[in-house]
Amino acid sequence: MFGKLNWESIPYHEPIIMSVVAVMAVIIAGLVGWITYSKSWGYLWKEWITSVDHKKLGIMYFLVALVMLIRGFADAIMMRSQQAIAVGGAEGYLPPEHYDQIFTAHGVIMIFFVAMPMVIGLMNLVVPLQIGARDVAYPFLNNLSFWLFAAGVILVNVSLFVGEFAKTGWLAYAPLSGIDYSPGVGVDYWIWALQISGIGTTLTGINFFVTILKMRTKGMTLFRMPIFTWTSFCANILIIASFPILTATIAMLTLDRYLGMNFFTNDLGGNQMMYVNLIWAWGHPEVYILILPAFGVFSEVISTFSKKRLFGYHTMVWATMAISFLAFVVWLHHFFTMGAGANVNAFFGIMTMIIAIPTGVKIFNWLFTMYRGRLEFTSPVLWTLGFIITFTLGGMTGVMLAVPAANFVLHNSLFVIAHFHNVIIGGVVFGMLAGLTFWFPKAFGFKLDETWGKRSFWCWIIGFFVTFTPLYILSFYGAVRRMQSYANPEWQPLMIVSLIGALIILMGIACTVIQFVVSYRNREQLRDVTGDPWDGRTLEWSTSSPAPFYNFAHLPNVKAIDAFWEMKQAGEFETSRPPYQDIHMPKNTAAGPIISLFATILGFALVWHIWWLAIVSALGVFVSFLARIFNDDVDYYVPAAEVELIERAHHERLAEASKHDAHGNGRIGTMGGQS
Amino acid sequence: MATDTLGNQIVQPSEHGHDQGHDVQAHQHDHHDAGGMKVFGFWVYLMSDLIIFGTLFATYAVLIKGTAGGPTPSEIFNLPFILVGTMLLLFSSFTYGMAVLAMNDNRLGQLKAWLWVTFVLGAGFVGMEVYEFRELIHEGFGPERSGFLSAFFTLVGTHGLHVTFGLIWMLVMLVQLQTKGLNAITRPRIMCLSLFWHFLDIVWICVFTFVYLMGAMA
Repeated sequence: MFGKLNWESIPYHEPIIMSVVAVMAVIIAGLVGWITYSKSWGYLWKEWITSVDHKKLGIMYFLVALVMLIRGFADAIMMRSQQAIAVGGAEGYLPPEHYDQIFTAHGVIMIFFVAMPMVIGLMNLVVPLQIGARDVAYPFLNNLSFWLFAAGVILVNVSLFVGEFAKTGWLAYAPLSGIDYSPGVGVDYWIWALQISGIGTTLTGINFFVTILKMRTKGMTLFRMPIFTWTSFCANILIIASFPILTATIAMLTLDRYLGMNFFTNDLGGNQMMYVNLIWAWGHPEVYILILPAFGVFSEVISTFSKKRLFGYHTMVWATMAISFLAFVVWLHHFFTMGAGANVNAFFGIMTMIIAIPTGVKIFNWLFTMYRGRLEFTSPVLWTLGFIITFTLGGMTGVMLAVPAANFVLHNSLFVIAHFHNVIIGGVVFGMLAGLTFWFPKAFGFKLDETWGKRSFWCWIIGFFVTFTPLYILSFYGAVRRMQSYANPEWQPLMIVSLIGALIILMGIACTVIQFVVSYRNREQLRDVTGDPWDGRTLEWSTSSPAPFYNFAHLPNVKAIDAFWEMKQAGEFETSRPPYQDIHMPKNTAAGPIISLFATILGFALVWHIWWLAIVSALGVFVSFLARIFNDDVDYYVPAAEVELIERAHHERLAEASKHDAHGNGRIGTMGGQS
Repeated sequence: MATDTLGNQIVQPSEHGHDQGHDVQAHQHDHHDAGGMKVFGFWVYLMSDLIIFGTLFATYAVLIKGTAGGPTPSEIFNLPFILVGTMLLLFSSFTYGMAVLAMNDNRLGQLKAWLWVTFVLGAGFVGMEVYEFRELIHEGFGPERSGFLSAFFTLVGTHGLHVTFGLIWMLVMLVQLQTKGLNAITRPRIMCLSLFWHFLDIVWICVFTFVYLMGAMA
């Protein structure tokens, strides 16, 4: 009846897990109670859960990502504290089977359920606004993508207290992840969480690829697109080209595990290195999917706060494209030790080093943008400067790893761990936090508190170096990755330093949480009335903050790179002027959340081999999709009168603000004058 | 590009049902060609699907020698039988082409008739594949026997699942044509299914060549 699921599946005997579960249960119960008490269920359903508004979906992606960041960071603290004490025969407080789940969960959560949703969330929030569109190409698919991603999040979290998670490392290398060596349900949770959320990611890739190609406003040629849109465009091409490889690879692992096939098994003609090749043929492009949009954020931040057009716009675009291409010809550098031979290793080593060239081009573009600019040291700029330094160091250790001979020594050592945290924290995390601060007013209508933002930055960057410099050093003494305990007591002092670094980063995360609370409290002082709080350059700053649900009353007409900056110079602001017209918009839909609810149940049923439930929920997915297909009532027109009300209110706020702010920028004067 | 041509055929102003009562001219500049965009997006999806097939082909190429003492390709392929199935699928592509021509001439009855013919041919192909698989499994050559057979069953079976999904989609479209007729919503769907169906044909030509023909020759 319930497949492999029984009461033994719940880990009562693990006090750590049970206390985490208790805390989570209290938080969830508190949330549900509060929502019920404030009678917000209807509001949540109508305004958020069923919403097809790309801005709201972007906010929801970010919200989930921040919650999962805390979960993933709890794993990090547990690993660092375990390694600080488990030395010379001491076993620490985490037994191996638990420790192995923790480092697997940490990697999976941080990449798939923190970094990816931050990147996709930011794309959702910003890209349609930057290209002067009212929505994405397929609004319903956009909502469905989010909820499929959420299904993956739910499955990963359920694995915490029903059964177990994979003990294989975040990429679940075969044959360790095969049924012979991982007979439990941990790998199955990994499989279905990634497979379901991966389908959502592929749909997002297609959606934004078409959006950027087909929905740009008048005059927005490809080479007038803002750099963040360009880097998102390339990231989406990488998603479309690489995520199907992940889907197929996980499907083959699934067939090995569920139907006894022999793709990646030790015997009967299976080939384990095929798994490693395939998973990295997806995995390497994946890291560029994460970092390219972060590069885009830094480009926008640095040109805005230097009050200059980005230095070398065209080289920036071409460097992005070069990196996108090279992303597909370097995967083997993750396993030089496979034994592919000197020539193969030399090819992939050289290709890997070549990536440093377009990346170097970008670094110099940012530096020259700042050169003779009037740089304002806001927190997004601090993140960017911190990124340039940290990422350059991480890039150099990457070039060291690209030398096959050196790689044979460093493979699977803590050097690799220090290197990729160097580029992922220094690149993706700094980029996403810079982007969050930069575009927060566009999403919520008020700026984030600068003091706490800067505190968060200093904690993160100091914490990063204190955590990972010891790991670089330890790697030269032979410390490998994924150690539950180790014999050499001389490593312990540096392990303790590393733990202290992680605690400093924890303070950085706390600062960000405090920043939200403080900013919300002071939202009236931090209010962004003009919609253009940073004296911005691109179209998203030409509409009000928060942007109206239709984004622009009139679609803007673009004449140059940095379209909004040019408009401000020319004193043209047509996007908000009367007369108004009816606006064609998509309707909200319950199909996305319902399909994904069935998909979540389907994933759970497949993990536990509850076949009847799997069939029922698969039918549920199919029928709810059919219901969507047969519903033609998917769009409507916003009446011109409603647009006028919203725009007039915006004009009144602008006029009010220009009274208080005599030396406001040109925009306030113009808008106030005409309303 | 091919999709642009397809897109232009689909959206005709007279069929913009939801534009009624509105000043079409006024919305011209912020109205995107929804039907054409759907077909284009579906085309992009097919390209990503092609990468799934590419991955499976690559895996098949790597595992083809992994027979583990079991049968080799030339021992289990019955080429004349496969050729019949192949012909069914190729003809179904032709009949789907006829269906699209009928749609472009707004002949709903003919469109439905050609879709039914396509459905029968496609179902015949799937039926033959199921029979082939059953025979192999009965002889003890199931997908768990060797790495080669795992890769074979998965590559061919993934194509077969796609065709099966296409058949279900065809039934859904027949119902929609019955209830909704031809409009701005059903036309792009018929075009997307057309792309899907021809795409599966091309993939099958690769399967037939690289798996069956080259396997039988070896």
